[in-house]
Amino acid sequence: MLKVENLKASIEGKQILNGVNLSVNPGEIHAIMGPNGSGKSTLASVLAGRDSYQVTEGSISFLNQDLLEMAPEDRAREGLFLAFQYPVEIPGVSTTNFLKTAVNQIREHRGQEALDAVTFLKLIKEKMKLVEIDNSLLSRALNDGFSGGEKKRNEIFQMAVLEPRLAILDETDSGLDIDALRIVANGVNTLRNKDNATIVVTHYQRLLDYIIPDFVHVLYNGRIVKSGTKELAKKLEEKGYDWIRENETTIAG
Amino acid sequence: MSKDDQILEELTSSEYKYGFETAIDADEAPKGLNEDIIRFISAKKEEPEWMLEWRLNAFEKWKTLKEPKWPNVKYPEINYQDIIYYSAIKQKATPSNLDEVDPELIETFKKLGISLEEQKRLTGVAVDAVLDSVSVATTFKDKLGELGIIFCSFSEAVKEHPELVKKYMGSVVPVNDNYFAALNSAVFSDGSFAYIPKGVRCPMELSTYFRINAANTGQFERTLIIAEEGSYVSYLEGCTAPMRDENQLHAAIVEIYAAKDAEVKYSTVQNWYPGNKEGKGGIYNFVTKRGICAGSGSKISWTQVETGSAITWKYPSCILKGDNSVGEFYSVAVTNNMQQADTGTKMIHIGKNTKSRIVSKGVSAGKSQNSYRGLVQVMPRAENARNFSQCDSLLMGDKCGAHTFPYIETGNKSAQIEHEATTSKIGEDQIFYCNQRGIGTEDAVALIVNGYCKEVLNQLPMEFAVEAQKLLALTLEGSVG
Ligand SMILES: Nc1ncnc2c1ncn2[C@@H]1O[C@H](COP(=O)(O)OP(=O)(O)OP(=O)(O)O)[C@@H](O)[C@H]1O
Ligand SMILES: [Mg+2]
Repeated sequence: MLKVENLKASIEGKQILNGVNLSVNPGEIHAIMGPNGSGKSTLASVLAGRDSYQVTEGSISFLNQDLLEMAPEDRAREGLFLAFQYPVEIPGVSTTNFLKTAVNQIREHRGQEALDAVTFLKLIKEKMKLVEIDNSLLSRALNDGFSGGEKKRNEIFQMAVLEPRLAILDETDSGLDIDALRIVANGVNTLRNKDNATIVVTHYQRLLDYIIPDFVHVLYNGRIVKSGTKELAKKLEEKGYDWIRENETTIAG
Repeated sequence: MSKDDQILEELTSSEYKYGFETAIDADEAPKGLNEDIIRFISAKKEEPEWMLEWRLNAFEKWKTLKEPKWPNVKYPEINYQDIIYYSAIKQKATPSNLDEVDPELIETFKKLGISLEEQKRLTGVAVDAVLDSVSVATTFKDKLGELGIIFCSFSEAVKEHPELVKKYMGSVVPVNDNYFAALNSAVFSDGSFAYIPKGVRCPMELSTYFRINAANTGQFERTLIIAEEGSYVSYLEGCTAPMRDENQLHAAIVEIYAAKDAEVKYSTVQNWYPGNKEGKGGIYNFVTKRGICAGSGSKISWTQVETGSAITWKYPSCILKGDNSVGEFYSVAVTNNMQQADTGTKMIHIGKNTKSRIVSKGVSAGKSQNSYRGLVQVMPRAENARNFSQCDSLLMGDKCGAHTFPYIETGNKSAQIEHEATTSKIGEDQIFYCNQRGIGTEDAVALIVNGYCKEVLNQLPMEFAVEAQKLLALTLEGSVG
């Protein structure tokens, strides 16, 4: 469903992605790991269509369409979802109202009728249970004054409501307490089916005990330098990125 | 070009939705202003002698006054002799019900989305519509009449309730208060009059719809609201005007009188034609609105959503004379393209334990200029006066300007005055976040701006709030790409 080929991207003239190749099929879960500043969030942003990044080379196809040609909102409407590493606050706009606008614009894009208030509320209630999120949080202004963990949980709640084809979770586990981590993982696993796929960006092997990935990739200096199964994550946890670094230099040398 | 800039460039492509002209015969005065014109207006309106005297006196005062130059707005010199001061729509006789109203007129109202018939049946809002200068139809009068509430056109009040008009007209905004107030007092065409008797809670929102129709006519409406002891009323005012190349002058007066324990809520949604992208045409809106909390425990609350006009000059104010009285001002002012707004409030604390609250939200886009100007004045005998002011500015792009001019004068040491001000830019982050959830940029801007203005919009009656939200979106359409 997603095919990234030789993707190079820069921000403010500085090249961050140096030729990323990644292929994701329906039903799969991929984990991306890598040291701070290696370009994980950059990759996520480029996939979502943030226009401060310039794609200088390569291609991305998503559900057989040229993703790079699509506006960010159209990518979302076609089923691409990004759970932000740093969710944005929107004062005065409740999560419920925000999601209602989103759901109905997505539906319009797909030629479906807008959901009426009753049906929408039913949907919200159902998803609330799934991620065990509190109603009071949803009626507050979006992310405004939310704790770090609450913001992350709210991202997963939004994902549950929007039911994307491809979800990219950028360090959603950071800042979550043990219970919240389990709840978020449970949400991801429940929503998983043969038609959708998930990319989880994480620093911690711990998350991968709950969300079991089919593939683990290591992003290093803007390139995927190693791919493997979840064993790779374990190995990284043991050996740290120095191990990759040594490997890299041997390859380079 | 950054995304914000692009968004701004494109936002400026929005067109004014209410720009159409009604082809109704108008009965007009010749251009210009002199005693004869004033006599003409008064005669046309079949006014009593005292009213004419009052106008002529105001005209004398006006000649001695100068147009204010302190607002932070720029416009070419207005030639007051080049304006038509009276334009009445020709009608056979005063209509006694809607069926007798010119169908074209009804059409106009329908285009404005305020079908009188619909409103009558569905919303329970009593509408006094002022198209140009004559009040056309007043609904719900009978029902209100049973409660002793008077809601009619100003002209009618002059004829039917002269004792009330004589007592209160000019008592809150004196004839010589300012240049535009004096002008209005001399030539005012029509407007609305509301009287709520002692202890009566007005069961419906009273609503007036103003619209400037004929070319070259200034609209000078005048509104007077009197709330007797312990009464309550919520009053709504909405305005639109057709598109024209020339600028049109609008100089209105609103006076509110609140007796002991009375409460008046006055809400305005103003979307006069703002002119085109280059700043050609549009309404000059120079309005004096003031209320007096005359009795103890009374309350006056102004809520305004200002999206239109080429120039807005407007400071709805409260004179807190009664002890324990409360004044509130909630404002959203949105400017785009070449619009200029200089708006705010004055809270004059005279009585003991008086409280005022000011919440002002400015949104500027395009090359517009948006100023908040507010005065909080505490008189020596106003023991324990309190004020809280919050003035926020939101900028879209870097070609517009936001300015804040808070003035505080305290004559009593016990006063507690708090002022908070913020300026922010609409965030690319916020827009991208919305985009990522499938929300298009235009809707994202509308959502963010509405959120930002929420505290003010919450003050509006429900139907009006929905309308106001749509207007905000419409005004900012195309301001982000
Ligand atoms: N606006 C910018 N200007 C210059 N450099 C930038 C800009 N934004 C990001 N970068 C740089 O791009 C590199 C990649 O950042 P990115 O956020 O993708 O890293 P990451 O892998 O997600 O790291 P982390 O694990 O800390 O989240 C970093 O070196 C960062 O400093
Ligand atoms: Mg990151």
